[in-house]
Amino acid sequence: MYVAVKGGEAAIRNAHQLLAEKRRGDRSLPAMTVGQIVEQLTLAVDRVMGEGSLYDRRLAALAIKQARGDLIEAIFLVRAYRTTLPRFGASLPLDTGRMVAERRISATFKDLPGGQLLGPTFDYTHRLLDPALEDDGATEPAVADAAPTEDGLPRVTDLLADAGLIEPDGTGEDAEPADMTREPMAFPAGRDLRLQALARGDEGFLLALGYSTQRGYARTHPFAAEIRMGEVEIEIAVPGLDFPVSLGRVAVTECQMVNQFKGSGVAPPQFTRGYGLVFGHAERKAMAMALCDRALRARELGEDQTAPAQDEEFVLSHSDNVQATGFVEHLKLPHYVDFQAELDLLRRLRSEWEARDEAGREAAE
Amino acid sequence: MSVDALSGGFADPVTEAQAVFRAVLDVLSRPGTIAALVPGVRPPPPLNAGAAAVLASLADQDTPVYLDAALAAEPAVATWIGFHTGAPVIDDPEAVTFAVIADPAAMPALSQFRLGTDEYPDRSTTIVMQVADFAGSALILEGPGIDETAHLAPHPSPANFAEQFRANRGLYPRGVDLIFATGDSLAALPRSTRIRQGAA
Amino acid sequence: MDHQPEQKTDRRQALAVLARANSAELAAAWEALSDAPAIETLRDSEIGLVMARGRVGGGGAAFNLGEVTVSRATVRLASGEVGIGHVMGRDTGRALMVARFDALWQSPGHRGWVETAVVAPVSQRLAKADAETRAKAAATRVNFFTMVRGEDA
Repeated sequence: MYVAVKGGEAAIRNAHQLLAEKRRGDRSLPAMTVGQIVEQLTLAVDRVMGEGSLYDRRLAALAIKQARGDLIEAIFLVRAYRTTLPRFGASLPLDTGRMVAERRISATFKDLPGGQLLGPTFDYTHRLLDPALEDDGATEPAVADAAPTEDGLPRVTDLLADAGLIEPDGTGEDAEPADMTREPMAFPAGRDLRLQALARGDEGFLLALGYSTQRGYARTHPFAAEIRMGEVEIEIAVPGLDFPVSLGRVAVTECQMVNQFKGSGVAPPQFTRGYGLVFGHAERKAMAMALCDRALRARELGEDQTAPAQDEEFVLSHSDNVQATGFVEHLKLPHYVDFQAELDLLRRLRSEWEARDEAGREAAE
Repeated sequence: MSVDALSGGFADPVTEAQAVFRAVLDVLSRPGTIAALVPGVRPPPPLNAGAAAVLASLADQDTPVYLDAALAAEPAVATWIGFHTGAPVIDDPEAVTFAVIADPAAMPALSQFRLGTDEYPDRSTTIVMQVADFAGSALILEGPGIDETAHLAPHPSPANFAEQFRANRGLYPRGVDLIFATGDSLAALPRSTRIRQGAA
Repeated sequence: MDHQPEQKTDRRQALAVLARANSAELAAAWEALSDAPAIETLRDSEIGLVMARGRVGGGGAAFNLGEVTVSRATVRLASGEVGIGHVMGRDTGRALMVARFDALWQSPGHRGWVETAVVAPVSQRLAKADAETRAKAAATRVNFFTMVRGEDA
């Protein structure tokens, strides 16, 4: 039963005003602009776009500013905003093979066609705080190579596939994919639905699950066959036109994990795949997603299902941080009536217990 | 006035769609009432302005639409619906959210449309039936939203309509809902309405 | 400079370039157009979402990745050409402008102008930006080599 509680309007109004003041902080410092967040907190923006499941850099930056840097709150704001817009349709599937890559690495082949491009990475930095960043000093422009990278980089998994050493990644035939924003999630979930849920899932949750698979809870022996990050064109079909129409480009991070598989009655021993694809530059998330995708394929591949990361109902039902925060945080809302009922019950039980206790003692005397 | 597939949408989509939504809400919640529509859309014939206004307000990319043979025979109709609503036009009554009927006498049986499930009775087809007027033989209506009885006389109407609609009522909570549209007015029969024996 | 620019791109390519033109580029070109014909707005620009899809494993079945904000508009010239604008983001003015240029591009009298005034310069800017991205990425190319250690090598 729900019992409404009224009152507190002025308190709420004042709390919001106090929030606004705290958000602004010390007024002797200039206010942070949305443009600055877009340009200088890019990875926070990317995370909000990915988990907010809405690609719009400025909106994500605005949400981060409004949420005072609380990224889950920002993701919540973005999710709320998207419900106000009509959907025009779905894009053609992105072709990550045609990416203009800023970064592309492989942990499995050192000499892969197209080469290893480190790009703007934290890898190989010393993780020592840089006091120079305390000041707004000049930043040297990045070095440009006279020989730019070529167009289109072959996927490492395609190289393995050409040699017949990895399972095929499907036919590319397009059944209409499941959409958890339109239909309630149902189990067992297809890989399309799982990937959608993982792509918008909480980075921390997926990271922990991915880590658990490495520590032995559903060991899959992963190798990062390839990670690439860059921009791909996004196109839609427009009724009446016989060609797809480009909307522009989106930045994405893709991770292809290859995993061992001992083979089965129907399939020869071969590598299997775990796949991660995320909006923006979100490498940790893409890797964690690929590990979880592979672990969740246990049923399909006839593996023992023993670990949390293999339990799709557990993983998919708890990966959404907006849902999770809603349910956890609602506990702080008034539950006065429920609690009164609990108190009454407890007092009654206690008095019964005390009566029995006393009776017992009297009997013993 | 030139009418083609790409023009003739709402001039002021937000306000006009809200007015049509209000009219649909009224006629569905008070079966038997007839709501006047301010003509806002100019669809290609034989799609009439009332049915087109309902689609322009309610249909979108996620709501497939079925067109009866009379409407499907005129390609501009599907193009107009596609451009102004984004809804896919599908030739399968069992797969659609909306069905538009220009020729009630020749329409598929009500039971051939999507009827919803017990878990999701909302996933059924809403049939938008174009009629000339409400001066046919009156059906006597009872049920939710009706004080005692109400009357509705869509003309023309499908063969054995009262019988078909009673069968539809028997599926409750599953079943189709019907919206009747002339060029400038709407009426409705939701699945919850009972048609009393013996149309007057 | 090519004197027959209208042969350089087809409509799909022209739209792909227009979709990435910024509002300043589009507005400047529009103002420079001296003989703009009457253009009817069939569908005023509006903001909505497009669900971006990926493929399982990069080449398999489609799945829904997440949505993208998109603005779109549709216009028509008096001579009948229907122009569409679909651009990422929430700048409705850009969508309307792209639709106008798309309509003009289809009109034989304006195609050459659209090519030279908008498509070619924007396309050059984009190509330059891509070249810079590629050159900077190329400068981070590593050539790993494995060192064999131990006596048996």
